[in-house]
Amino acid sequence: MTHDSRLTTYSPPRDGFITHIGRRSLETFRAVADVPTWSPLLVGQMRRLGVDSVPIALFIAVFTGIVLSLLSSYIFTGAVPLYFVGALVGKTVMMELGPVLTGMALAGRVGASIAAELGTMKVTEQVDALETLAYDRNAYLVVPRVLAATLMFPVVTAFAMAVGVTSGWITAVNLLDLSTPEFFKGLRMFYQFKDIWFGLVKSASFGAAVALMGCLQGLDSKSGAQGVGQSTTRAVVLGCEAILVLDAFWALVLL
Amino acid sequence: MIQLDGVTKSFGAQRVLDGLSLDVPDGRNTVVIGYSGSGKSVTLKCIVGLIEPDGGRVLVDGGVVGEMSREELAELRGRIGYVFQFAALFDSMTVAENIALGLARRGHDRSTIARRIEESLAVVELPGTEGRYPAELSGGMRKRVGIARAIALKPRYILYDEPTSGLDPVTSAVMDQLMVRTRDLGVTGLVVTHDMRSAFRVGDRIAMLHEGRIRQVGTRAEIQASDDPVVRQFIEGRPGQMAAAAPRRAPG
Ligand SMILES: Nc1ncnc2c1ncn2[C@@H]1O[C@H](COP(=O)(O)OP(=O)(O)OP(=O)(O)O)[C@@H](O)[C@H]1O
Ligand SMILES: [Mg+2]
Repeated sequence: MTHDSRLTTYSPPRDGFITHIGRRSLETFRAVADVPTWSPLLVGQMRRLGVDSVPIALFIAVFTGIVLSLLSSYIFTGAVPLYFVGALVGKTVMMELGPVLTGMALAGRVGASIAAELGTMKVTEQVDALETLAYDRNAYLVVPRVLAATLMFPVVTAFAMAVGVTSGWITAVNLLDLSTPEFFKGLRMFYQFKDIWFGLVKSASFGAAVALMGCLQGLDSKSGAQGVGQSTTRAVVLGCEAILVLDAFWALVLL
Repeated sequence: MIQLDGVTKSFGAQRVLDGLSLDVPDGRNTVVIGYSGSGKSVTLKCIVGLIEPDGGRVLVDGGVVGEMSREELAELRGRIGYVFQFAALFDSMTVAENIALGLARRGHDRSTIARRIEESLAVVELPGTEGRYPAELSGGMRKRVGIARAIALKPRYILYDEPTSGLDPVTSAVMDQLMVRTRDLGVTGLVVTHDMRSAFRVGDRIAMLHEGRIRQVGTRAEIQASDDPVVRQFIEGRPGQMAAAAPRRAPG
């Protein structure tokens, strides 16, 4: 059996997983003070992580809206007035499915691309090269990505919310026995401003978590294409898990 | 001055450096030779703090690398240029951006940066490649951009990790010349290589790394006249006894 010592020995410190993530997050947090290093890179990352993610988020939102509309009319038939479809679509899209489904989609897209990029830089010694040029890897690589994702996830999610509600409304008007005024009556009846900002705050935290997992997994990559592949997969899985945990956390804290 | 003092480093059960001590005097080129896998790259990485030794000390200008704060370490790295064995160019950046990155960090203005990029690319004989990406260059060209990236900084020390491997004989000779001229400008060079021709051309002092320690260190003439069988075998490139070069396992 071949035995590559680099695969077995060059792994992150053996302290517990949570401690490891915690310490690395703290390092990242400290690097935020190095503004001159990360600030010129922020806009480029926002464009890359945010704008490029809009199509997939909107695609998901359209279908979420359709399904929610049909589903709620099926649930409410007979028992509840049909205009509640508007309420259910609005509430669900804004508070839960908009942020979470968008977050999951971006965990795949953004988390994986960050992990693959930084992983490749790590194993080809580009990260070492950066450090020998006296840059801090956290300030140069991690902070701009995490900040960009924190700022852009809510923006993408806001688009997704708007599109989700719109597609729910179009579905209701065309496929259900519901008029536009009725749909909006339901939508407005239970709407609170909190619904929107609750969704957006959540999505900002999802962005931070997804990007941070991508960065940490990428920078911990073991050498070789296989190592980068593994860290990419881990980044996506951990990003999705973090979203679910945070989702429950915000529900406990803010509702 | 760079001083390595009893440095040890193991990866798992494999002891790579085993009490390595070496002084790198200022203003001269010191060449480290040794078998593939003997820990030459690891030694260079210890000097800039990319790898932390398990034991022993690394001193640069009297400061202990392992005891430095983040800021001190960044400051130290500002004094040292590093040429990576496999170039390690930033592949999302053009050649010019690769060279500019370290210069920008040191606070140079735009016109200085542009001038240094042009100068350093001229020295490695790659003028006009500013706008190209690393993927569009040959291996040897990448290596030379890596050298340009280090010399553009005009550091006090340059660590060259196999600067001539993968280059044709003529380009190798040009790089050797470059390292000699850089030394003449007052830069201290630490050059890792297994190309003996290059070692004798560049090295004012030559040290052989073997089994985790310095086997012999001396002037060019002293090494050429060495009667140590391990050194002789290496500089003459004779096969046989390669077992001696195999990585050793730490006891236990
Ligand atoms: N990050 C690492 N993790 C595990 N082992 C490592 C690591 N870096 C180096 N090693 C091991 O240390 C030993 C020395 O490696 P090093 O790269 O210093 O060799 P070298 O002398 O530079 O060889 P070459 O001339 O081939 O470049 C090798 O056996 C290598 O497997
Ligand atoms: Mg090497």
